[in-house]
Parts: sequence; C-alpha cells; structure tokens
Amino acid sequence: MNVDSVKELDIGGNDERYLRIENAGKTFSTRQGHFVAVREINLSIARGEFVALIGHSGCGKSTLLNMVAGLAQPTAGIVLLAGREVRAPGPDRAVVFQGYSLLPWMSCYENVYLAVERVFSANERRAQLAQRTHAALKLVGLALAAHKKPAEISGGMKQRVGIARALAMQPKVLLLDEPFGALDALTRARLQDELMRIVSDAGSTVLMVTHDVDEAVLLADRIVMMTNGPAATIGDVLSVGLPRPRDRLEMAHTPRYLECRERVLQFLYQKQSHVEMEAA
Amino acid sequence: MSAVVAAPPARAGRRGNDRSALSQQPMAAANDAARTTTLAPIEQHQQGKRAAHRAWLAPAVAPLAGIMLFLLLWQIVAQTGGQLPGPLKVWDAAIKVFADPFYQKGPNDQGIGWNVLSSLQRVAIGFGLAALIGIPAGFLIGRFVFVSQMSAPIIALLRPVSPLAWLPIGLLVFKAANPAAIWTIFICSLWPMIINTAVGVRQIPQEYLNVAKVLNLSESKVLTRILFPAVLPFMLTGVRLSIGVAWLVIVAAEMLTGGVGIGFWVWDEWNNLNVQHIIIAIFTIGIVGMLLELLLILIARRFEYAT
Repeated sequence: MNVDSVKELDIGGNDERYLRIENAGKTFSTRQGHFVAVREINLSIARGEFVALIGHSGCGKSTLLNMVAGLAQPTAGIVLLAGREVRAPGPDRAVVFQGYSLLPWMSCYENVYLAVERVFSANERRAQLAQRTHAALKLVGLALAAHKKPAEISGGMKQRVGIARALAMQPKVLLLDEPFGALDALTRARLQDELMRIVSDAGSTVLMVTHDVDEAVLLADRIVMMTNGPAATIGDVLSVGLPRPRDRLEMAHTPRYLECRERVLQFLYQKQSHVEMEAA
Repeated sequence: MSAVVAAPPARAGRRGNDRSALSQQPMAAANDAARTTTLAPIEQHQQGKRAAHRAWLAPAVAPLAGIMLFLLLWQIVAQTGGQLPGPLKVWDAAIKVFADPFYQKGPNDQGIGWNVLSSLQRVAIGFGLAALIGIPAGFLIGRFVFVSQMSAPIIALLRPVSPLAWLPIGLLVFKAANPAAIWTIFICSLWPMIINTAVGVRQIPQEYLNVAKVLNLSESKVLTRILFPAVLPFMLTGVRLSIGVAWLVIVAAEMLTGGVGIGFWVWDEWNNLNVQHIIIAIFTIGIVGMLLELLLILIARRFEYAT
C-alpha cells in the first residue's frame, strides 16, 4: 500500500471514489498451472452512481463482482468501500443473484426478514423489523404475495423478492449479477423500469453485471466494457450521459442512446469478437 | 369433460338457464347446443353413470383383486395338504387374539398389544439413540472432507454387516437381553441416517450458502435457518429407511433374546405349534411396519420444499 492510499483511508473514502478497485487481479491455481481470470482492474465508482459491467461470457465480470462482494478474494490489488478494505462478504454489499438465491422453505416475507433481522436487529424492535420487511416487499409490488413460498411465484416475482431483500438491507453498494438474465423479455423490461425507479429514489450505488447491451445503456451512468478472458481487464469505459428519468420508448429514438448502444456493440463484436468464435 | 357428464340432471337444468341468457352468453350457449346434437340425452346419462363409477372404483379395483387372489391361493395351498391353516381359520383365531389384546398372565404370556408395544418401544429407544448420534455425525461427515475421508473406511466396512451379528457383542457388553436387542436396533438404524444426512449436507446448493455468506450470518443462524431446513428432507428419508430396517430386525433380534415382543411371540407360538398365531403375527408385523412408513411419509411431506 502506498502513501497516497493511506491518506485516502484517513478521510474515510470520499463520495467521488466511494467504491475503489485498485490494480485488482484474480489468479486461480489449477493443476495445469496458474489461470489468470482478471488482471489490473482499476475502477472507481462514485456514491449514487450506477455502473454496468459488460463483456462476453468468461470475461471475468462475475469474478470482479464477487471480489467486491467479498465472495472471492483478489490475489492482487485491493478493493475499498468507503475507505475500508473489503476482505469478506458482508451485508453492506447486498448481492442480487441471477438464480434468485431465495431459500425455498421460507416465504417471501421470511426471506426478506432474514436479511432485515441480520442488519437491524441490534438496534430495532421486532415491530420495526417487520415494518421494514413489509416496506421492502411493497416497494417491489409484492405486498400481496408476502406469505407465498418461492416455488409458488413466477421467476420475475422471485427476482423482485431478491431485489427487495437486497434493498431492505440498505447496503452501501447494490451488486447485481445478471439479475434479469433468466427472465423473459417482457418481464425483464418491466423489472428494469422498476429497478430504475427504485434505485434513483433511494440514491443507491449500483454495480451490475450484464451481457445485455440495451440493459446496460438504459440503466447505467457508466458502462465498463471488459476484454475477453483469460486475463481479462477493462477495455473501455463509456459515460452514457443520458438524462434521468429515462423512458424506454423515448430512448429508442434518442440519438445519444443509439450512439452509446453502437459504441458498446462495436466494442463487443468488433474489438472483442475473436474469443467468442473460438468458444463456439 | 368427466365433470360435465357425471351430473346429467344438473347439466340439463343449467342448459335451460343458458338458453334464457342467450344474449349474454352466446358462446356458452352455442357450445352446449353443439353438445346436445352430438349426444342424445339417454346415451349421455348412461355414459355419465359409467364415468362416475370409474372415478371412485378404479383405484380400489386392482388392490381388491390382488387381495382376493392372494386369499384364494392361500386357501388352495391350505387345502392341498400340509398343516397351513386357511384364511378363515386364521380369521377366527385373530378375532379371539384381538378381542383381548392387553391381557397379562405372567411375563411370558401377554396379549398381542403388549407384544407389539414392547417391540415398538425397543425400536423407539434404539432408533432414537441412533438419530441422536447419526444425524450430527452425518452433518460432520457432509460438512468436513477430512471427517468424511476418516469415516469412509469404517462405514464401508461395517455397513454391510447383518445387524444380528452385533447381538452377541450387545449381550457381552450389557449382560442382558433387552439392551442387547436395543443395541442391535441402534446399529442398524445408524447407517441410513448418517449416510442420508451427509448426502443432504453435501448437496446443499451453493446459492443457499451464498445467502449465508453475503448476509454474514452467525454460525448458529446458518445451522438453524439454512443447513438444517435444507437437509431435513434428506434426513427424513434416512429416518424412514432406518425405521424400516429397525422394524425388520427387531423381530429377528427378539426371537433370539426372548422376553416380551412380537418377535418373541412368533417364536413362542412356534414352540406351541400354534400356526394360526404365527400367521396373525406376520400380518400384524406387516401392518405395523406399513403404518410406521406411512406416518413418516406424512411427516416428511410436511417438511418438503419445492425448489
């Protein structure tokens, strides 16, 4: 750690560089030797910013997200959140998984309550915890399904519970790992709209992994494009710069939106297309 | 369709209503009209009767036929010679035996109710002890690779051994018949519970454990809210298998140890050459075993979760 970053630590991480990933890399030791998944990742995310991480499959974008979540440890570099090093998973970094990760023996309410209880039970009474849980479910439009089990609701509803659970924890960063990847196009669009509304109301800081170009452009303030793995790193960063609130229909013929979309597509399919061919 | 034809009179009444409400429900009325033209009322009625019978008889027909066939074969075998009593003789004896199931005339002559309860008590104790040790052991084996590798050779070696081979060890250690029988039950109930619990723990999907990690739950919360509920269905399968084996083994163990119990009763009646009672005992053992299995399936259903 150099002197500069120690200074940063003293002031507790400023809002412009709320989440900092510095020279982070991840190398897996396998029987065939070392496998470098990602390397030299440098990225700072401001408080309240929405960043999308896009790249072809196998480019290590999930690895990067897991390093921020603390589910994977970087083998090089450092991840800092609000000036503190990330070493282990914790409820200040809520994750919404692609596979929903709901506990099937609990109702939607209980799934959210488990998280609420973990974060707030030290200072709050049961009634307040219940209120938080209900509020979170209401926010995602699931107040009526609160006592259903995950198996009794649709995929879109399950992911809403996942989002409610994450938001109810009031995390410093919301980490979304291809949250809508398993949903049909119509449900996905509706959830994207809801996510946009909820996130901008709450002013959340979001890091989202996606492979959907439209999703990235529609939702994100900045799009981080990853080169192909192995040894993937950040290839390009695009500031979207579209005003909010964004309307999906309006965007379809907004020049800036189309321009961003084209930039990302160009990156993915011209500069970074070769591995996709090999993989196929 | 079957609901439609099962109740012809009500259907006819409703059709009248449909016609009167033609303007509001043109589609429904048109459908009904089409049905009337293809099926004459009488024909429809007969079909309805047949379908109604089929609905509640069908599941009972085959089992009943099986039981009748079984009784018939039994009767034929009994009549062609030998000393095997036929179904009617056994039925008469059974009525007498079950008329007073809880009599007590000394330690070796008690009603069949006491014998069954004594056996169930041994199974409950032996099985309970096995659960107490087997389930935590299964958790450790499933959770820690080292423990798993450590216990693998022992389990592989001891599991195929007939539980009755353990009876002499029990007699030697406990110097009494009853604890030796319980010990035998304990040993045979242990393996299915250990193995099923361990498999259950190993198969917990990573996504559930990720929830625990992201929330940074305490070790006790992980156990009670995630590991235990996730493993419970596997564990209950182990319990069901264990009870099945235990109920098989108790009869044999009691034949060897004596005392009060359904297994001992079988042996006692063999010494008395009372074959009717032996057959009654066989059916009793079968029915009790079936009820145990059914009970555990009902319990397991209560704790199942759909993924």
